[in-house]
Amino acid sequence: MEGLLTAVTGVTLLLMVPFIGRAIAGPTIFDRVVALNGMGTMIPVLLVLIGLLYNREDMFVDMALALFLLNLFMTLLIARYVRDKVVEK
Amino acid sequence: MMLSEWLAALLVVAGVCFLGIGALGFVRLPDLFCRMHVTGVIDTLGAPLVMLGAAVYLGAQLVSIKLLLATLFLIVTSPLIGHLLARAAIEGGYQPQLVADESGSEAVPGDAGGDAA
Repeated sequence: MEGLLTAVTGVTLLLMVPFIGRAIAGPTIFDRVVALNGMGTMIPVLLVLIGLLYNREDMFVDMALALFLLNLFMTLLIARYVRDKVVEK
Repeated sequence: MMLSEWLAALLVVAGVCFLGIGALGFVRLPDLFCRMHVTGVIDTLGAPLVMLGAAVYLGAQLVSIKLLLATLFLIVTSPLIGHLLARAAIEGGYQPQLVADESGSEAVPGDAGGDAA
């Protein structure tokens, strides 16, 4: 199980590369927000897997919950802010 | 390995497969809205399957209940985020990519009707 968990954690880490690339390269600001949102879903999953690896699930699951909440409000607030700013112009 | 560990391994591997589908679609799809659509695969199948696998692996503990509640929260809030992001992008002037229909006439940008794929 340890080897499988290590492999799965590595694969999840690799799968975040396209999101980082889109967040850097994205032509418009909305591309960046969507990429950030996707990353914000994958990072807590990665945290849960790391918690399973280190046998410290109690701590890491709480951190994952907090990151899910932060992801929700960050995405909503950035989307609304950018929308208002574009509409004002 | 015990049966529950096999089940947990199966769930985690299936979830990571769906994460891979999401990342692949995020690379391959051309448009913001297509990419938003494929991010929904990560939100509704990838992450919940991995968290469910972790909960099965940990067994009956308080942490498993927390994991299930986090999964439920993710499933409830993912459509909300998608809807508000798409609305913000439309109102912020992002033009969806449309293809011409079979009659050969050019699709009009911003026209959401018709059978544009």
